[in-house]
Amino acid sequence: MSIAPIIRTVQVTAEPARAFELFATRMGDWWPKGGTVGKKHHVAVVIEPRDGGRWYERDEDGVEAQWGKVLAWEPPGRLLLGWQLDRTFAYDPDFVTEVELTFAPAEGGGTLVTLEHRNLERFGANAASHAEKLRNGWPTRVDDFAKYANAQ
Amino acid sequence: MAYKKTAVESFAALGDPTRRLIFERVAARPSSVGELAKGLPVSRPAVSQHLKVLKEARLVNESPDGTRRIYSIDPRGIGAMRDWLDQHWSATLDAFKAFADGQEKTKK
Repeated sequence: MSIAPIIRTVQVTAEPARAFELFATRMGDWWPKGGTVGKKHHVAVVIEPRDGGRWYERDEDGVEAQWGKVLAWEPPGRLLLGWQLDRTFAYDPDFVTEVELTFAPAEGGGTLVTLEHRNLERFGANAASHAEKLRNGWPTRVDDFAKYANAQ
Repeated sequence: MAYKKTAVESFAALGDPTRRLIFERVAARPSSVGELAKGLPVSRPAVSQHLKVLKEARLVNESPDGTRRIYSIDPRGIGAMRDWLDQHWSATLDAFKAFADGQEKTKK
C-alpha cells in the first residue's frame, strides 16, 4: 500500500541560500508555537547542520523532544529530513518518513521552497508493530495552528 | 471536505489525555471496554464514551466477540493523519514565508 506524498510550495523573497539558512537554522523562530510535541512551548527547534544530525525541539527548561534526523544536509538547494514522529506523535527511532525541502531560484527573484513529505504508508505499518512504544501524544489542537497562521 | 473534518476530529480526539491513553492501549493490544477500564482512573461508562469519540474519529474499530466488543486500531486513521499533515505543512510553510519575508523586509 502506498499513500500519495504531501507536496507544498511557497515562494519567498529571499534568495535560495538565505531561504535555506532561515528555514534550517531559525526554525524555532518561525515554527508555530504550540505546534510541537514537547510538553511546554519550544524556545528552539534545532536541525544539526550535517548528515546524521539530530532534529529536535528544546523548551525553556532545556528539555529536549526528538523529532527526527538529518538525512542529507545540502545547502543551498536541498535538505532531506527524517520525520520520526509516528501517528500518535511519539518519537520512534525505528520509524522514518522523509521530508524533503528544495530551494530553487524563482523567476524574477526569490526562492521557490517545495516540501515533500513521503513514505506516509509507514504510519500504518508502524501503528501495529511499534504500538508498545507509544508514549506521548500530540498536545495541542489544529485550531492553534489556524490561530497562529491567521495572526501572521 | 468531510475528510478534512475527520482529520480535525482525529486530532482533537487525541487532544484529551485520557482518550489518548485509551487509544495507546488499544494500539498496544485490541481490548474490551472492561479490560481498558481496568487500570484506568475512569469508570467503564467514561471509557465507553471515549471509545465512541475515537470511533467517530475513525481511530478505532469495534468488532463483536461473543457478548463483548473488542476495540482495535482503525487503519483509516492513516488517511486522517495524511490530511492532518497536509494542513499542518500548509500552516507551517505559511508561517515560514511570513517569517522569511519579514526578515528580508527589515534587512532592506
